[in-house]
Amino acid sequence: MKDDIETTSCGAAASPEELTRRKFFERLSIVLFGFGSFILLVPMVGFVVAPLFKRRPEVWRPVGAIDDFKIGTTTAVVFYDAAALPWAGVASKTAAWLRRVDQATFIAFSVNCTHLGCPVRWLDQAELFMCPCHGGVYYKDGSVAAGPPPLPLPRYQVRVKSGKVEIRTNPTPITR
Amino acid sequence: MDDRTGLADMIGPMLRHLVPRDARWWYVFGSATMCAFMIQVISGIALAFAYIPSTNDAYATLNFITDQAPFGRFLRGLHYYGASAMVLMVGLHMAQVFLFGSYKFPRELNWATGVLLLGFTLVMGFTGQLLRWDQTAVWSVVVAAEQAGRVPLIGDWLARFTLGGDTVGGATLNRFFVIHVFIMPALIFAFVGLHLLLVLRHGISEPPTPGKPVDPKTYRQEYKELVETTGKPFWPDAAWRDVVFCVAMIVVMALLALILGPPALGKAPDPSIIAANPRPDWYLLWYFAVLALLPHGTEEYFMVFGPLLAGIILIILPFVFNRGERSARRRPWSIAAVILTVIMIGTLWVAGAKSKWSPNFNAEPLSEKVVGATSGPVFDGAHLFFARGCLSCHLIGTTGGRRGPNLTTIGSLLSRDQLILRIANGGVNMPAYASTLTPKEMDDLVAFLQSRKLPAQQ
Repeated sequence: MKDDIETTSCGAAASPEELTRRKFFERLSIVLFGFGSFILLVPMVGFVVAPLFKRRPEVWRPVGAIDDFKIGTTTAVVFYDAAALPWAGVASKTAAWLRRVDQATFIAFSVNCTHLGCPVRWLDQAELFMCPCHGGVYYKDGSVAAGPPPLPLPRYQVRVKSGKVEIRTNPTPITR
Repeated sequence: MDDRTGLADMIGPMLRHLVPRDARWWYVFGSATMCAFMIQVISGIALAFAYIPSTNDAYATLNFITDQAPFGRFLRGLHYYGASAMVLMVGLHMAQVFLFGSYKFPRELNWATGVLLLGFTLVMGFTGQLLRWDQTAVWSVVVAAEQAGRVPLIGDWLARFTLGGDTVGGATLNRFFVIHVFIMPALIFAFVGLHLLLVLRHGISEPPTPGKPVDPKTYRQEYKELVETTGKPFWPDAAWRDVVFCVAMIVVMALLALILGPPALGKAPDPSIIAANPRPDWYLLWYFAVLALLPHGTEEYFMVFGPLLAGIILIILPFVFNRGERSARRRPWSIAAVILTVIMIGTLWVAGAKSKWSPNFNAEPLSEKVVGATSGPVFDGAHLFFARGCLSCHLIGTTGGRRGPNLTTIGSLLSRDQLILRIANGGVNMPAYASTLTPKEMDDLVAFLQSRKLPAQQ
């Protein structure tokens, strides 16, 4: 069949040297193209994907003096994320619900509902956290009271140092 | 110019390719989708002259565009209604193609590329709402990251990729700008190009005839004969309808943008502002309802496998059912599928708009007139009903939330013991109050609820 016989550009049957040369140029082009793509794509993909693998060091942030928080109350506190980029602006802030259990014990709850991450609100007199998105409810100890959340409210590490309450920054808790 | 460029020779045959004479108004939705997309590209480019995709600056530039920039409010509105139009038109186009059986031989790949374009359109809608970088956008990113995190094995990485790190921060907004402005449009241009090439290759499908099934052995020849004997050139004999519909769509979009304006910007994109009520734009409100209404314990499976399964079913459809009857009159399942889909999305959309599952954080204490007492157990119980959060989820008259049952006349329905059991033990969607109410408080609360009677019994 006509297609089985390779031809030169003027239609005559190609010689063995031309076939070898043509195949060589084909393969050379493909290999060079692959090599060129590789040396470009590796740093580009690395640039985009590298942040996935880099964990930033977490730090302790002060959120108030110990006397600012009454025993048995839950208060909203705000702190800045660790290693925030200079152009993050207000997005580098994180809120937490800080509960003073007794003289020396604090619990810091993440505001992120464990269902899908919406910020839960604290109803003081009801002593419940309620999520506005899908109706999740938590008790004052963070355990699930009602609705779709699969897990209790995540907790941040909290300590008292030199009369100040400090919370350890944390990645946004993602329910797995 | 034409001799040097050869444009007329290239484009002319494409424009004048023959189409079936009966392909009329039902066929305008595909070009309407593309028209909406072109409007999005143009208005998006215009907006990009003022919008800064930086986490710190985006909100301020949005306020500037809306309130100060000449035509800014109109442009933002046009871009929003353009997105809405694109979603609506792509849905109508898909329904029309499905009902006409046009996905069958030889147009299977037209359908497959179209399904991908549908997915790209929804991604554009979602990422576009995120670029409206306000409080809702911040929480929408977190919600997206939470869903990404549910994917097995790579969920953690996907979540961190969505956030741009460990938390919402400086790297979060840019990635959605890149996806919305570079990656997705490039994919859409590529696949629309492919989609149109396939349309030119296989021709516009003729309206189906009941009793005339698709037979791959004979279809191509029959189609060729049809268009050569009774077909018309696409331009202008058929294209005029596309133009009329597109212009009408543009006029509606422009009027909406002028009269209603763009969606209002929410509060600043500050994750430390806890009082938030995040909602997606209307075209994803139905999915928001799905996430609220899924049975407990199924969310993980649905979030990951639901969209995947839907995508797979849609893409393989033409390869499984690529022959046989095209007319919907001989394919009752196709009509049922479209009706059921419309009803499902429609009812979920209404449910999402009402979102009764959200507590009412703005409920005011019940008035004296409603309570019917100024002292005693009923009065104290009414106060507790508000203070303990019951009113956030239950209605008394017209006040309160709709998460739980309406308790306006609960005193006529449940006995005292039943009320105590329910309040003490709670339920799947209700907290248990046994450990937080004293016996006197329980008595007062129940006394109040028992006073809520049907009118005849009051």
